[in-house]
Amino acid sequence: MTPRRAPWLLSGRSLVIGLPFAWLLLSFLLPFLIVLKISFSEMDISNPFGTLFSYVDDVLIMKLKLGNYAFIARDELYLLTYLSSLKYAALTTLCCLLIGYPFAYFMARASVSLRPILLMMVMLPFWTSFLLRIYAWKGILSNDGLLNRLLLDLRLIDAPLQIMNTPVSMMIGLVYAYLPFMILPLYANLVKLDLRYLEAAADLGATPWQTFWRVTVPLSRSGIAAGAMLVFIPTIGEYVIPELLGGPSTLMIGRVLWDEFFTNNDWPMASAVTVVVVLLILAPLVWFNRYQSDQDRAAPGRERP
Amino acid sequence: MPGPVIEAGQPFLQIQHLQKDYAGVRAVDDVSVTVNKGEIFALLGSSGCGKSTLLRMLAGFETPSSGDITLAGRSLTGLPPYERPINMMFQSYALFPHLSVWDNIAFGLRRDRLPRNDIAHRVEGMLELVQLKQYAQRKPHQLSGGQQQRVALARSLAKRPQLLLLDEPLGALDKKLRERTQLELVKIIEHVGVTCVMVTHDQEEAMTIATRIAVMSEGRILQVGRPDEIYETPNCRFVADFIGSVNLFDGAVTKDAPDHTEITTPEGRHLVGHGVNLSVGAPVSIGVRPEKIDISRHAPPQSANVVQGEIVNLAYLGSTTVYHLRLASGMKLKATALNHARNEGLRPATGDQVYASWADNAMVVLAQ
Repeated sequence: MTPRRAPWLLSGRSLVIGLPFAWLLLSFLLPFLIVLKISFSEMDISNPFGTLFSYVDDVLIMKLKLGNYAFIARDELYLLTYLSSLKYAALTTLCCLLIGYPFAYFMARASVSLRPILLMMVMLPFWTSFLLRIYAWKGILSNDGLLNRLLLDLRLIDAPLQIMNTPVSMMIGLVYAYLPFMILPLYANLVKLDLRYLEAAADLGATPWQTFWRVTVPLSRSGIAAGAMLVFIPTIGEYVIPELLGGPSTLMIGRVLWDEFFTNNDWPMASAVTVVVVLLILAPLVWFNRYQSDQDRAAPGRERP
Repeated sequence: MPGPVIEAGQPFLQIQHLQKDYAGVRAVDDVSVTVNKGEIFALLGSSGCGKSTLLRMLAGFETPSSGDITLAGRSLTGLPPYERPINMMFQSYALFPHLSVWDNIAFGLRRDRLPRNDIAHRVEGMLELVQLKQYAQRKPHQLSGGQQQRVALARSLAKRPQLLLLDEPLGALDKKLRERTQLELVKIIEHVGVTCVMVTHDQEEAMTIATRIAVMSEGRILQVGRPDEIYETPNCRFVADFIGSVNLFDGAVTKDAPDHTEITTPEGRHLVGHGVNLSVGAPVSIGVRPEKIDISRHAPPQSANVVQGEIVNLAYLGSTTVYHLRLASGMKLKATALNHARNEGLRPATGDQVYASWADNAMVVLAQ
């Protein structure tokens, strides 16, 4: 007797792969296609979803309005906002890396019994609402906030510092919110680092500092790349932090999106802005994929002397 | 750094009263040993005997609790690993996975800030020495185990260390490859002329490669000697039992003369062809190696150094046959005989009553 097999579509494997895939298709790809479609349509308050196709006199007509994209390309404000978003995202990624790498490194080197506690402490902020945590920074950074009052009491300053609603306050918020996303992949990478490589480097005459730059950092490149992606991508489109902690000078594309959708009610324009954001995010993702497959192929290369 | 010139064969590495405690456990216990220049010195012992800790203290990865290590007259105490003129070939190699073979070998030279041309010259020389020239641009994971072993050796020799440490150098290779690599390794080390301390748990490896062996157990060195000294004249039961196999008879001295000794055990009377300087009645053990025992169906002419027993088990290994005998006293005896004849009928078989005998210079007397 041959064992009977369930048809593939009903097998556990297809369900495990298929269900999340279907969910992603429904919740991400479909809405995105709708947004893409709206971005090519005329603004029409009565029918915000627009119509691309019409059938008149036996002719199927597809109308693609490119005006929104043309406007984005022409209007300097959009360009500046995109560049500014990229700048803040890059800066946030860099700050998170500079703070997160030593953090993750010492976490990975801590005693085995201490590690779960440290890991717990990194994840602890997730237990309170994101919005609350960002709002709390307002209380710390505002002109009569905790920080200014402390500095005044210590007589380090005479007048309150204007931190709130500046790029500084927004950067503090961004780095604070996204730091765990840098630390966790770095920690996962560094904790697996084989300590014999460090011993081998020391044995061959490398000082601890040289060992760090020549061995530890190159061997943790994939962790750095993963952490950078996890911080950079969501920061580009971040809306809440620029809105709560940023000011008039902190241009971020998330706020422009919000304004287009809900203040101007110009859905086609807002959709076009969204599509460009997605394209911007796609670029680093493509790079990351390339990088990963390069790593897998492990092309022979030389260490720069 | 040039110290006094030390000739080959002169004391080079001196370990004095070295001790290492880990949270109440003494890993290395008052070890003193001298390694001569140009020598391949093996630390042999089972896992947990302290040999690896000793090696790591030489490399500088562990700090001794007390005692001193001097190399060419200079104390190494307090020197970090990267300032010691010592390089190590790690167990399973620890080759840097992100660097090519070339860069792995050049790693130590670059840390010395040697001129670029010198580095290239030396790396090429090393690649030639280990015959891996065409693999220079490969990454370690693209090499076989044997090739990785050679890269590791080249990397540890590239800086021309005064002392080379080998941690289980052939442990990661399969048996066939190991035998070939052993000889190759010795050839390269002798060609370079570097003094070498290796750690191994494999006695065959130690005996093939090393000029002298230190047998370690529970943090102490039990015996130091050439491979044949360790094998033929072990100084205690542990060493006799650890190196090769041995049949041990427990008994007491019944007569001690300058040129011979008589020892009586439940199995019979044993005549040893030399004096042992022990008083009559002193408890001793006699060790006889299996290959020094003759097995025959007929009683040999001698009256001492002969026992009778039944063959309970027999393993035919081609060139040799291993006999397991049960003696009248209940003791089990192992004997190995070369298969001189092809005819099966001439060899004793399982169940046969046989005599096992040996010469008066085949035994080693061990104090209990």
